[in-house]
Amino acid sequence: MSAAGAAGPRRSRGGATYLLGLILVGVIVAAGLISFAWTPYALSDMAGSRLEPPSPAHWAGTDRLGRDLFTQLMIGARIALVVGCGAVAIGGAIGMVTGILAAFATRFADDALAAVFDILIAFPTLLIAMLVVAAREEASLGTAILALGIGLSPIVGRITRILTKQVLGQDYITAARVSGTSWGAIVIFHILPNIVPFLGVNLALQFGLAVMAEASLSYLGLGAPPPNASWGRMLQEAQSTVYTAPWGAVFPGLALFALVIGINLLADGLRDRLGRSGRDAG
Amino acid sequence: MLGYMTRRLVILLLSLVAAAIVLFVLLRLLPGDPANALVGVGATPEQIEAARAQLGSDQSLLVQFVAYLGDLARFDLGQSFVSRAPVIEEISRRLSVTLPLTFAAFFLAMLLAIPLGIVAAVKARRWYGLVLSVVSQVGIAVPVFWLGILLVYQFSLTLRWLPSGGFPLRGYEDPGRAVQSMILPVLTIALIMTASLMRYVRSATLDVLDSDFLRTARALGESRTGALMRHGLRNAAVPVVSVLGIELSTTFLGAVVVEQVFSLPGLGSMLLLGIQQRDYPNVQGVLIVSTLLVLLVGFLADILQRVLDPRLRKEGGR
Amino acid sequence: MSDLLTVDGLTLATSNTRLVEDLSFSIAPGERFGLIGESGSGKSLTALAVTGLLPPAIRPSGSIRLGGTQVVGAPERALVRLRGDAVATVFQEPLTALDPLMPLGAQIAGPVRRRLKRSGDDASRGAVRREVMALLEQVRLPEPERLVGAYPHEVSGGQRQRVAIAMALACRPRLLIADEPTTALDVTTQAEIVQLINALVKELGLGLLFISHDLPVVGQVAERVMVMRQGRAVERGSTARVLTEPEDAYTHDLVDAARRFDSALEGRP
Repeated sequence: MSAAGAAGPRRSRGGATYLLGLILVGVIVAAGLISFAWTPYALSDMAGSRLEPPSPAHWAGTDRLGRDLFTQLMIGARIALVVGCGAVAIGGAIGMVTGILAAFATRFADDALAAVFDILIAFPTLLIAMLVVAAREEASLGTAILALGIGLSPIVGRITRILTKQVLGQDYITAARVSGTSWGAIVIFHILPNIVPFLGVNLALQFGLAVMAEASLSYLGLGAPPPNASWGRMLQEAQSTVYTAPWGAVFPGLALFALVIGINLLADGLRDRLGRSGRDAG
Repeated sequence: MLGYMTRRLVILLLSLVAAAIVLFVLLRLLPGDPANALVGVGATPEQIEAARAQLGSDQSLLVQFVAYLGDLARFDLGQSFVSRAPVIEEISRRLSVTLPLTFAAFFLAMLLAIPLGIVAAVKARRWYGLVLSVVSQVGIAVPVFWLGILLVYQFSLTLRWLPSGGFPLRGYEDPGRAVQSMILPVLTIALIMTASLMRYVRSATLDVLDSDFLRTARALGESRTGALMRHGLRNAAVPVVSVLGIELSTTFLGAVVVEQVFSLPGLGSMLLLGIQQRDYPNVQGVLIVSTLLVLLVGFLADILQRVLDPRLRKEGGR
Repeated sequence: MSDLLTVDGLTLATSNTRLVEDLSFSIAPGERFGLIGESGSGKSLTALAVTGLLPPAIRPSGSIRLGGTQVVGAPERALVRLRGDAVATVFQEPLTALDPLMPLGAQIAGPVRRRLKRSGDDASRGAVRREVMALLEQVRLPEPERLVGAYPHEVSGGQRQRVAIAMALACRPRLLIADEPTTALDVTTQAEIVQLINALVKELGLGLLFISHDLPVVGQVAERVMVMRQGRAVERGSTARVLTEPEDAYTHDLVDAARRFDSALEGRP
C-alpha cells in the first residue's frame, strides 16, 4: 500500500525523463535518416565563405574551408548511429554467445571464461579499439565499428553469464530439463526471453559508450577518414579555430552530448519499468 | 585475509600474463613486417634480413613469445624503432606527466564528489539536492575532450588566465609554468569524473539512508547526522570503493585523450605517435604499462574493500 | 493520566491513500499491550509513528503523547531527546537492523554511551564496557567476551535478536516496542525470544508494545490486545477475552485458524 503511494509521483517523473530521452534520440535518428535523402548542401561542397557564423543559409555556420556545418552534423548523426548500432550488434553477439556458453559450460570452463571476461574488461575499450585500428592499414568506419564491438564484448559477456546463471537456477528450468527439453530449446524459450530485457538496458548504455568512444577515436585521428563527417573529427578540426568560430566546436559536442544523454535516459526509463514489474511480481 | 591476498596476487600475476599474451597476439596481427618500418623504404633485401634478425621476427612465433615474456620479466620493453631509445626510459619520462595529471584529477574529483554526493542524497528533497543529482546525470554524458575545448575557449582564449596547451620543455624544472599548464587538463578530467563518482556516492548514501540499521540507531536516540556519521559513511564507502578502481582507470584513460586536447607530452600522445609511426615497441610498451597500472589499481581496490567489509573477508577466507 | 503512551485519533496517510485511520489506545507504566494484524494492516507504521520515524511520504494526524510529550508535529530535535529515553524499539529483521560493518560490542556501546552522557554519568571506556558486558549477560548471551568482537553475520539469528534487545535495553527506556521481533526466526528461537522479552519486561517493569501477526505469540506476552485490519481497530480487550470469545468476525477467523493450526500440530482431529 505504502509502496504504491510513494511510487505515484515518481512514476510520472520517470515518464518525463523517458520521454525526454525518446525526443533527444528521436531527433538525432531523424536527422541521420533524412541525411540519406537530403542535406542542405553536398558534404564537400564549399558552399559558403570560411568560418561563417550560423545564418539562415548555414544553420550551424561553416568550417574553415567554407563547408556547411549543418550538413556535416546530419552526416555525423548517421555515422554515430551506424557505429553505435554496429558496435552493439558485434559486441552483443560475441558477448551473448560466449556468456551463455560460459553459463552452460563445466565448472572449470566457466571459471576460466569468467576470468577472461574480467581480464579483458580491465583493458579499456578505447585502448583495444586503438590497437585494432592501428592493426589495419588505414582507418575506416568498419575498423572502428569492429574495434569498438570487440572492446564491448567482454562487458556484455560477463553480464550475459551472470543473468543466464540466475535464470538457470530457477525451478522451471529444472522442470523443463526433467521433462526432456533440449538445451537449445531451453536457451531459445526460457533463457533469452528472460535475459533480453535486462540485457537491453545494458546494451543501450553500451551504445552510448560506443558512440562516445568512436568520437574519441575520431578526435584522436583514428576514426573514419575524411569524407565521413564524424562529430569527433568535426571537434578536432574546430579546435584550432575555436576562438574565431566557437560554434564549430559547440554544435558537434552538443549533438554528441544529446545523443548520449538521450540514450542514458531511455536506458534509465527501461530499467525503472523492469524494476517495477519485478517488484510488483515479488 | 592473508589467504585472500595471496590468491588475489596470483590472479593479478595471471591477469598480467594473459594481458601480455593478448597484446602479443594483437601486435603480431599488425600488417606488414616491423622490419620494413625499421629500415625504411628502399632497403636492400640484405638490410631487411639483418633488421629481421635484430628484431627476432625471423624466428618462430613461439620463440618470439618466450623471448618477449623473458624481456617483460626483466622490465625490458625494447627500443623504439624511431628514436632507438629504450622504451622504458621514454615511458618513465611520459609518466611524469600522465601520472600527476591522473592522480591530481582523481583526488580533486573525490574531494568534490564525496561531499556533493552525500549532500545530493541527504537533501534529495531540497532544490539543491535535485540540482546536484541532475548535474551528475548530465555530466556523465559530456565528452571529455569537448569540455577541454570549451574550457580552453573560456579560460585561455577569452580570459587569457592560463595557457591553452603545451608543457614547458624543461618540465618540472620550471615548476610555475608546469603547474599552470596542468591546471586546465586536471580540471577537465576532474569535472567529468566528479559527475560520475557523485552518482555512486549519492546512490550508496541513499541506500544507507534507507537502511534498517540507520533506523535502529535513530530509534534508540541517535540523531540523523550522528547515525549517518557513525554507521552510514563506512557502509556507503563499501560500494563506492568497489568502483574506485574502475573510476581511476577511466581517469587514466581520460588523460590519454585530454593530453591530446592540451598537447601534453604524456603516455597518451606517446601511444598516438607510436601508432602513427608504426613504432611497435613504443605502442606495446605503453599498452603493457597502462594495463599493469589498471590491474594494479583493481587489485588495491579489492584489498581496500575487504579491509572495510568484514563480510567479504569471511567469504574470502572460505 | 500518567500513561506511558496515549494514541488518540491517529490517522496516517500518503497524498492519496489512508493507511491507518482513527486509531486510539494507551499503555500504562509496566503494562504489556499487544497489537495484532496481518501484514499491511498498518500496525508497524503505527509503531514507527510513535517514535516519529515515519517515511517522509506518510503524514500523521491526530495525537500521540509519549510520556506527556506530543509526537505528532514535533520538531526532530525534540524527538531525538525522546527516543531511547521514553521509548526504544526492537525491529523485525535483526540481520539488517544491525550495522553489518560494526562489531556487536561497539553497537551496544553506542546507546550505552549516549545514555551515560545524557544523564551526566561516567562515560569512560571502562564504564561503557562494563555495562555492555552486563547487558549481554542480561539477554542471556553465551560467551560475551567473544561476541563483543564478532560481526552480525558471524552469529545466529537468535543471537542477533538478543543483541538488538540488549541495544534497546541499553537506553533504559520506559516503553519497549517489539515490532514483529520473532517473525524472522525459526520456531524454537521464536519461543526463546518471546520468553526473554517477557521476562525482561517484567523484571525491569517496562511498558511493552508488542506487535505481531501471530495471535498465540501475542497471547503469551500481552495483557491487553487490539486487533487491526486495513488500518482500523476491529477489536480490543483483555487478551484472555479476545482469544476465547472474540466479538468481531475477523478476529473470530484469526482465533479459529490459530486453534486449527495448534490442533494439527498436536495431531488432534
